[in-house]
Amino acid sequence: MSEELSVKTMEAFMAEGKQPEILFWVGSAGSYDDRAKKISRAFVKILNRANVEFAVLGPEESCTGDVAKRAGNEFLFQMQAMMNIEVLNGYEIKRIVTCDPHSFNTLKNEYSSLGGNYDVVHHTQFIKELMDDGRLSVKGEFYKEKRITFHDPCYLGRANSVYDAPREVLKKTNANIIEMKRHKKTALCCGAGGAQMFKEPEKGDMDINVLRTKDALDTNPDIIATGCPYCNTMMTDGIKAHEKEDSVTVLDVAELIANAEGL
Amino acid sequence: MEYLPNILFAIVLIIGIGFFSKNVKKLSRNIKLGKDVDVSDNKSQRWKNMARIALGQTKMVVRPIAGLMHIIVYVGFVIINIEVLEIIIDGVLGTHRIFAPLGALYDFLIGSFEVLALLVIVAVVVFWIRRNIIKLKRFIKPEMDGWPKKDGNMILYIELVLMLLFLTMNAADFQLQQLDAAHYTKAGAFPVSQLIAPLFDGMSISNLILVERTAWWLHIIGILSFLNYLYYSKHLHILLAFPNTYYGKLTPQGKFNNVEAVTNEVKLMMDPSADPFAAPADDAPDPEKFGASDVMDLNWVQLLNAYTCTECGRCTSECPANQTGKKLSPRKIMMDTRDRLEEVGKNMDTNKGEFIEDGKQLLGDYISHEELWACTTCNACVEACPVSIDPLSIIVEMRRFLVMEQSAAPMELNNMMSNIENNGAPWPYNQMDRLNWVNE
Repeated sequence: MSEELSVKTMEAFMAEGKQPEILFWVGSAGSYDDRAKKISRAFVKILNRANVEFAVLGPEESCTGDVAKRAGNEFLFQMQAMMNIEVLNGYEIKRIVTCDPHSFNTLKNEYSSLGGNYDVVHHTQFIKELMDDGRLSVKGEFYKEKRITFHDPCYLGRANSVYDAPREVLKKTNANIIEMKRHKKTALCCGAGGAQMFKEPEKGDMDINVLRTKDALDTNPDIIATGCPYCNTMMTDGIKAHEKEDSVTVLDVAELIANAEGL
Repeated sequence: MEYLPNILFAIVLIIGIGFFSKNVKKLSRNIKLGKDVDVSDNKSQRWKNMARIALGQTKMVVRPIAGLMHIIVYVGFVIINIEVLEIIIDGVLGTHRIFAPLGALYDFLIGSFEVLALLVIVAVVVFWIRRNIIKLKRFIKPEMDGWPKKDGNMILYIELVLMLLFLTMNAADFQLQQLDAAHYTKAGAFPVSQLIAPLFDGMSISNLILVERTAWWLHIIGILSFLNYLYYSKHLHILLAFPNTYYGKLTPQGKFNNVEAVTNEVKLMMDPSADPFAAPADDAPDPEKFGASDVMDLNWVQLLNAYTCTECGRCTSECPANQTGKKLSPRKIMMDTRDRLEEVGKNMDTNKGEFIEDGKQLLGDYISHEELWACTTCNACVEACPVSIDPLSIIVEMRRFLVMEQSAAPMELNNMMSNIENNGAPWPYNQMDRLNWVNE
């Protein structure tokens, strides 16, 4: 096990009568999914390195309800949203960062109609901010000359027009950033959104993640970078389907930065 | 007898426009069957979107070949309408080329109409080849079988014929001007039709007049017929693209609308002072239906979307589900919505304006569960649409009906949802373990 992570709950901040700089919304995947937990840990290492005072909700956090809303269960979504809003507003949270574009979209766009108004940023935006403010620097040796292609998560890209932050962060590693033929606005979905993550796909002649991974593999990459835990799972499975797991890895932008810094 | 052509023309014009306004009324009645939705916000942004997307064709050129060809036909359509105005005035007043006194400007106008007409012919031929010879994938999907395919070609044939009539009319006119025929004012420039004119060499003035008049009448009758064809065709987009882009979604694509009716219920459920056993008041309205199973459950902008769709299939060709062989096609969602809405409209026509239950609905009879559940909500279809149609909003509205009114979600999704209800995560883990990742 690597170095100890410093993670404080909102409850602890409250007890000290302090407010953190930002709340880290871990999300269900980041909390429970084995692959996504590594992303949460990598991101916390970055936050620790940059001396960011952040809090998590811990057991007080609950599913944003995004997946319930996309599945059509507006009741369940609004129940979840109202519970979360009660907690967030109770702690007077102003700013939230998350590694999950689905949580990002829901917290940013869909909680406002139910009384939750926050400044929400995706972790790639926050990392870029830390770099711009000189609070975080990347040595740029570890991934030098490596070929990296970035897969745009639908709920970060098309849904919220965030295209530049992850790319600018990746550029700092001095890697070769190669775009897939379909990228940014025309990026193909990984196949996980709209509650597909939790069910078998309908009958067809191919799985969406296999098709999207082909897009990525066509750029002949060493690494496929993503900014979403669900995309990560889908692309990792896709690489296995193409039997490329020995030569290509799928990493989150946060993991790439943490690795580059030897964190 | 002298005024017979004028009277005849006025009658043709009145029939053409009268029939068209009848269809416009029907169209507007059908669209208003949709639920009300507030789109009165951000007027300036809406005008800008209309100017940029519909007038400026910005989303068409994402695919450069089709985009360029489309702009030619579009500009041709808009500009040549100035000529139609002259034809109508001439027809009513019995004049000939009434705008001729514009002089050099008139020559320039007629000349540019001719060049555009030729370009339109080229574009139409290219379009026809793409549909019928190259058979581009998006034009041969299952939902295009039958009428939609015929409709697509019919539009091209009509446009081709109209342009040929226009050029024939000008060619004969040019010859008549050369022969100093009475009534044929020397005006206009004919860069294209003078190339056809030699075909009429040696024809008598009376025969030339016959050709010119025939082409002139067929041209204007053709245009009026085309106008009335719109209501039955995907070609309706030439009018509806404008309101549709005006009323298009302004919020980030990822933001799905909030269902107010649910908010009221949830607030009541979470209100500790609410009496859980209270019976509804006698005068309480029926509880609102959640989601959509038929066209009347959709909002009117969604119905306007359906009439605006020109079945280009850019949405379907970008759809990840469709690309991997699933049944879902966003274009079919829009076509089904229009077909069902038309069916409801016809039902009302035959029942004195009242809809009589016909045992059918959009869900099941037109759109299957399988299609709805294949969507990844990725917004690729919304992004691809050149006229701001939102097929995704209809899919989600129908999922809402399936889940909240019928509990008809796929089993795995029901498991996922009960996990969220029980432990606040889509997986069956204890909420108290949410922070375990820190020390693993």
